[in-house]
Amino acid sequence: MHKKTAHELNKLLAKKESSSQELTTAVFAHLEKVEPKIQAFVTVTKEEALKQAKAADERLKNNDNVTPLTGIPIAIKDNMCTKGILTTCSSKILSNYKPPYDATVVEKLKAAGAVVVGKTNLDEFAMGSSTENSGLHKTYNPWDLNCVPGGSSGGSAAAVAANEAVMATGSDTGGSIRQPAAFCGVVGLKPTYGLVSRYGLVAFASSLDQIGPLTKDVTDTAIMLNVLAGHDKKDSTSVDRPVPDYQKSLVNDIKNLRIGIIKELLGEGIEPKVKESIQQTMKKFEELGAKIMEVSLPTFAYAVATYYLIAPAEASSNLGRYDGVKYGQRSPNSPDLLTMYNNTRAEGFGPEVKRRILIGTYALSAGYYDAFYLKALKVRTVIKNDFERAFQNCDLLLSPTTTSAAFKVGEKSNDPLAMYLSDIATIPVNLAGLPAISLPCGFIDNLPIGLQLIGKAFAEETLLRAAFTYEQNTDWHKRKPSII
Amino acid sequence: MKYETVIGLETHAQLLTASKMFCSCSTKFGNRPNTNICPICTGQPGVLPVVNKKAIELAIKTALVLNCQIAPQSIFARKNYFYPDLPKNYQVSQYELPLAINGYLEIVVNGERRKIGITRVHLEEDAGKLVHKGAARIMGSSESLVDYNRTGTPLMEIVTEPDIRSPLEAKVFMETLQHLLQFIQVCDAKMEEGSLRCDGNISIRPLGATKLGTKTEVKNMNTFRGIQKALEAEEVRHREVIAAGEKIMQETRYFDEITETTKAMRSKEEAHDYRYFPEPDLVPLEPEADWVESIKLNIGELPEQKKSRYIAALGLSAEDAEVLLATPALAKYFEACLELKAPAKAAANWLIGDITAYLNEHEKTITEINFLPAQLAEMLEMIENGAISGKIAKIVLTEALAIGKEIKEIVKEKGLTQVSDEGELVKIIKEVIANNPGPVTQYRQGKTGIIGFLVGQVMKATQGRANPRLVNQLLGKELSKN
Ligand SMILES: [Zn+2]
Repeated sequence: MHKKTAHELNKLLAKKESSSQELTTAVFAHLEKVEPKIQAFVTVTKEEALKQAKAADERLKNNDNVTPLTGIPIAIKDNMCTKGILTTCSSKILSNYKPPYDATVVEKLKAAGAVVVGKTNLDEFAMGSSTENSGLHKTYNPWDLNCVPGGSSGGSAAAVAANEAVMATGSDTGGSIRQPAAFCGVVGLKPTYGLVSRYGLVAFASSLDQIGPLTKDVTDTAIMLNVLAGHDKKDSTSVDRPVPDYQKSLVNDIKNLRIGIIKELLGEGIEPKVKESIQQTMKKFEELGAKIMEVSLPTFAYAVATYYLIAPAEASSNLGRYDGVKYGQRSPNSPDLLTMYNNTRAEGFGPEVKRRILIGTYALSAGYYDAFYLKALKVRTVIKNDFERAFQNCDLLLSPTTTSAAFKVGEKSNDPLAMYLSDIATIPVNLAGLPAISLPCGFIDNLPIGLQLIGKAFAEETLLRAAFTYEQNTDWHKRKPSII
Repeated sequence: MKYETVIGLETHAQLLTASKMFCSCSTKFGNRPNTNICPICTGQPGVLPVVNKKAIELAIKTALVLNCQIAPQSIFARKNYFYPDLPKNYQVSQYELPLAINGYLEIVVNGERRKIGITRVHLEEDAGKLVHKGAARIMGSSESLVDYNRTGTPLMEIVTEPDIRSPLEAKVFMETLQHLLQFIQVCDAKMEEGSLRCDGNISIRPLGATKLGTKTEVKNMNTFRGIQKALEAEEVRHREVIAAGEKIMQETRYFDEITETTKAMRSKEEAHDYRYFPEPDLVPLEPEADWVESIKLNIGELPEQKKSRYIAALGLSAEDAEVLLATPALAKYFEACLELKAPAKAAANWLIGDITAYLNEHEKTITEINFLPAQLAEMLEMIENGAISGKIAKIVLTEALAIGKEIKEIVKEKGLTQVSDEGELVKIIKEVIANNPGPVTQYRQGKTGIIGFLVGQVMKATQGRANPRLVNQLLGKELSKN
């Protein structure tokens, strides 16, 4: 039962062929078996989950406000606040932090009747592409335990791929939903900036962060997005516009859809086997009636550099609050305030977080601001304009999600620059605030690879329709890792 | 060589909003520590700010009164620095693109009108309050506690151009600003309580020079007197340093209220790099023109306009108008009396005279007494229609101020109603005529001025309660009889 998708489980629960308690129990039985190998979770909340499952069963029994998520076991990335439940961001500095409030998305998921099985591991404060930067422990790829699950939502992607949860939330600042989705063979959507409330998402880079679903198939993505999307008064950057029913966009038809293949993402730096898969995918889309054209986005060359100024600059300020004064870990025995600050932050943050705080502090410093931060903002606008130009002739853009399949644990952890460059396909999308989805489109040596579709702002429906059509006409999503 | 002094001020005013700048916590002063707090103003991970519209409204109101241009788009910025009273370790403020720019405030110094330019008006959030044990500052104290009740309270920063030419002008500027902020009810502007604060930038230059001299920033000026004294001390220091052929160092200096001197706090090199950058959690502020217009329409009369009206339409003297307007609450009280149809001049006289004397004697403000405008209006009406005399009114007022009773009640209780019963008065008048044959004869011989003396006698016999107009009339009648 734990192998099923939410929309399959819905039917079982609706027909009373099973209960949320049965389902939740089954998920935990499986979780307890595979978790020692995968290590997707930071905190497992079995007790609360069983209570929530019981409440969900009541709702189902009385047909009281039942939603497609009622009774469905889900996982929450551990950088989203859960009232009274540890929210660590996989950082030592927050290893004891229990928030006094629920993030808006958590509130919404709970209200929909979802059952929270636990909080998933991530690269510390979502900074990384392998979950190796977690300050707590590593997570392993269900397809090959010697490989990373991707990051930073590596815990969520691995949990869904290994059936430890039916679906999970992720957050995406430069690819943190899409890249682990690709590495773990699941579906991951980064919504348009402003579609989903960030209230309660522990900020990494505020102007880039966005919460989205990680699911077993496209239908489940639409189901979860229906719950997550919508204006929130508590988030001034969330956009006040009507939210459609995304499940209605799941139509198996893409005739005459214009899809642009991004030239820059099929050139140097992309593994030949990834290129091959994308070419096959192009053919498939053509067969299905789409019009394929090549588009060039020359500003992509500057995207990684731009991102690594803007994101660390915002992070250096966002992470200022972890100082040992109010909550989280405080270094003991410091003789004065400055030493307390220094020791707390030196002991509490891992090397990647420190690296980014340093880069960001430098980029914002007097005398460097114009040359770095301000310049990066300008380039960001140029990249946005580049996308706009591309979208004049096509409805969607297509590229590989990653330059390769999942790499080995430890393979890139000593080469931050190589790690940064591997996010070339996902980063420009965040800079432009656009929606993008990653879904399985092939395998290299039994490791999944992902296809990325990028849409215009708030064009999630087009994105979902194209992804759904592709999924309906291929079998990649049906292949599962042997561990399950 | 002759030198001139150049001063610019940076002032901070706490806005009178019910809730904080970016969350819905109360701004109430004096509550138990850490009770007016929430996840947002304590900087919990994941929280986001939402702008308080009322704070924007009050800042726009102020900016309009200061003749500023309201920016069609302004943005918030983060000012980054570490301190335990700042939970996020950055303050949300405005840096480039403030709320309003290019205004001025007119002040009068030694009878001369001066226009002081306003560079900018912007919004920001206040920090919390630290309490130390064992030392005055965090350095050296055995324990420090923080109260976040004040954290996130809306602050408005008003920055002047370097247009101020003397420490006295700086003081007058602050007094004028205080008065104005109180008047338009955006800030209670009490320097001693910190709801209005200011720092000064001062430099000197040869008279006629256009280039500014090296400036120093003076902090800890907590009173009007302090502003003048601090800047005077710094002005003298600048002159002495330059006279000695040395150079002023750009630095921040701290005013010591006891010695009335300034001390170096930190040099330019030690100045913080605040790493300002646009606050990504907030969208740009774009106040709609209609909204700004409606704020403008609701500003009402400013002190200068009121003064003209008091003089021209109400017939008050310029002095009386100024006294009333010097205390916004007094002017408000006065206008409430007018609304109750009280005669303006009489109301002003009583307010400035007996009532102010009472307030001064008891160290109270007009809002702290139980004697309300309705009661003053009633008293004035009783005087007008002859129910009580002015003399009696003084007695009644003293009583009413002291115990807060209704005027009519006091008058009744004490039997102070005017005697307007003709029969009773004629009886007394006849007695007076009988007892004063001399003056009566004089009157009848044509020395009619003597009637005043006879009226006085009647008043005396009635302990001042006789209606003077009626006494005059009846006495004339009786005297003309033989
Ligand atoms: Zn608050």
